[in-house]
Amino acid sequence: MAETAQARVDVGRAIRDALIAGLVAFGILLPLIGLRTAVNIRNELILEPRPFLLAVLVALVVALSLVMSLVVRPASQRRAAARPEGESVKAAERRAAIAKYIVPFALGFAFLYPVFAILFTGMQGSVKWIDNFGIQILIYIMLGWGLNIVVGLAGLLDLGYVAFYAVGAYSYALLAKSFGFSFWILLPLSGILAAFWGILLGFPVLRLRGDYLAIVTMAFGEIIRLVLINWVDLTNGYAGISGIPRPTFFGIPFNANEDGFAATFGLEFSPIYRTIFLYYVILCLSLLTAFVTIRLRRLPIGRAWEALREDEIACRALGIDTTKTKLSAFSMGAMFAGFAGSFFAARQGFISPESFTFMESAMILAIVVLGGMGSPLGVAIAAVAMIGGTELLRELDFLKSVFGNQFDPTQYRMLLFGAAMVLIMIWKPRGLISTRDPTAFLHERKTIAAKFVKEGRG
Amino acid sequence: MSEAGDVLRVDHLTMRFGGLVAVHDLSFSARHGEITALIGPNGAGKTTVFNCITGFYKPTEGRIALQSGDPSAWQRLDRLTASSVRSHSRRGGSLFLLERMPDHLVAKQARVARTFQNIRLFRGMTVLENLLVAQHNPLMLASGFSVFGILGLPRFTHAEDKAIDNAVRWLDTIGLTDRADDPAGDLPYGDQRRLEIARAMCTDPVLLCLDEPAAGLNPRESAELGQLLLSIRDDHNTSILLIEHDMSVVMQISDHVVVLDYGVKISDGTREHVKNDPNVIAAYLGVEQEEVAAVATEVGL
Repeated sequence: MAETAQARVDVGRAIRDALIAGLVAFGILLPLIGLRTAVNIRNELILEPRPFLLAVLVALVVALSLVMSLVVRPASQRRAAARPEGESVKAAERRAAIAKYIVPFALGFAFLYPVFAILFTGMQGSVKWIDNFGIQILIYIMLGWGLNIVVGLAGLLDLGYVAFYAVGAYSYALLAKSFGFSFWILLPLSGILAAFWGILLGFPVLRLRGDYLAIVTMAFGEIIRLVLINWVDLTNGYAGISGIPRPTFFGIPFNANEDGFAATFGLEFSPIYRTIFLYYVILCLSLLTAFVTIRLRRLPIGRAWEALREDEIACRALGIDTTKTKLSAFSMGAMFAGFAGSFFAARQGFISPESFTFMESAMILAIVVLGGMGSPLGVAIAAVAMIGGTELLRELDFLKSVFGNQFDPTQYRMLLFGAAMVLIMIWKPRGLISTRDPTAFLHERKTIAAKFVKEGRG
Repeated sequence: MSEAGDVLRVDHLTMRFGGLVAVHDLSFSARHGEITALIGPNGAGKTTVFNCITGFYKPTEGRIALQSGDPSAWQRLDRLTASSVRSHSRRGGSLFLLERMPDHLVAKQARVARTFQNIRLFRGMTVLENLLVAQHNPLMLASGFSVFGILGLPRFTHAEDKAIDNAVRWLDTIGLTDRADDPAGDLPYGDQRRLEIARAMCTDPVLLCLDEPAAGLNPRESAELGQLLLSIRDDHNTSILLIEHDMSVVMQISDHVVVLDYGVKISDGTREHVKNDPNVIAAYLGVEQEEVAAVATEVGL
């Protein structure tokens, strides 16, 4: 009896909640979605109502709210009631066991990805899949892993990470164009230059913590971008740098000439070879990042980074030079951004300050936070979901048949990101993989539950 | 009571925060192989003295000198003070002027370790990791500032094995070997206190500064703590400086007691001497010395 009574009350409340949610959605979406500015034949700006789209979205919100309160929430409550304490740690262990199989599988897939792409979409079609999906995602995985050192391990909130990416990209572009150095010389050089800038940024902000550090690093990112825009003599300003030399296959250029890659190896010329080569270059670079990060974490320097995140004062009492430790984290993270930047410049052949806006920093930080700070696997999953998701939006042409020909799904990118982030922060406030793997053990390796691990306050 | 036996000498230490004088013209010394207790009512400036000794505060005035190795190093004290350098080392004897050193160098070079009033463990790291972080500086050197470590050279692996052995020795001493792989934040309060002491000892200190190690412990745990501190003093050649409110611990283990009140030293001597010093009784009862007798009979002392 009591149970059914409770269920009936729930239904009434669920309907009320859904109606309120619908009303709020209507209020918010009316100006955003319901009205659209357009230019008519007489070149006047007019408001064009879109009642159908508005109705679909509001109905979607109402339906979601109903599903949430009638199905999802009671189910999760039942599960929570049935679950004894400590189960979550066991679940985390189970997830860690799954993670053990995920890593080799993901690595194998990443190595064979160009083969799959060519098999399924043919020589011409696969360029898009390898370049837009494969290379793009791997660049962000690498950036995420680099930023993970600063934010995830050392607990220093850096909102200007893209500045180091820009330093790497411009270092490659300018040095390659002016002096004609090859990609393989400039790759480490760009990393070193970016690391140098990391130290340069590190010095003044060492005393800052948390929010203040975040603001100053963000300002640093903007300064770099503004310098790139305004130092026209060097960087060509907004117009950017074009005609950047492309990487060669260890000296053999990827072109249609007789000494080009295709001719040398007796193949028919196709842009796909360069794309595949670039794919494997960035794959190796990101694996290098992962290898170095994982190795460093198990070394004294990595433990000092994590100890710094846990408690800076205790670190100093144990004789750890927190200045050097912070600078090493900053410069390590910056170095990998520099590698990624020089790769980016080499792949695009054209760079401009547009590619290094604050949105990029925010995106990389979002990848690290969503993935779970400090977890390489989580960061990789988040990068695949976020960057792959963005690229997938371009492929959703069938939505045009639903919402009309003018509908462009990529315009809803940020809206979807926002929604995804809110959802993940509700379900997994510490990111997809929030547990911590100890760096040394005596008897057995136990995963550390997220509740013990600090996020760092600068 | 020869001067040569001193490990730490604090001279005319004054610490002002704006207009507030937290410590005023304090001088005392702590001897090698002894447990020196620093006691006093709340707000007497004990923790401020600790923060000055361990480099977390720069004292407004005064000298804090620490000696290790050959005691003849003390003869260089005046010459060192007149010079502009922080420390002097020769033939196994070293002398450090702690007020000239930043906090991490006090721990690294002068080998002064400390614990905190509110426990500061790395809660998200395992018990073993906490003890390994404490051995950061020797391990960093062995890993060739991470270069040898990344390459996985045996030189670093040996050093790390040794560090783990050292950590296990301390885990055995404090009885936490079974919990080595649990996060430090998961330990009961008393275990966290002992772990913090073990972590400080893993830095191989000359002087161990403990800020209220018995706070929040039950009487049995306090007694165990006393035993632990005595074994540190006797077996590890480490002198101890101790702030403590729990008089049972202080009177049981300390060899030498210094009493502070309102930033001024009011008594200094053996525990017997301090226990019967009318100044100390007056300070603890919160009354003037002339009224002590009256108040004492009133409360039934």
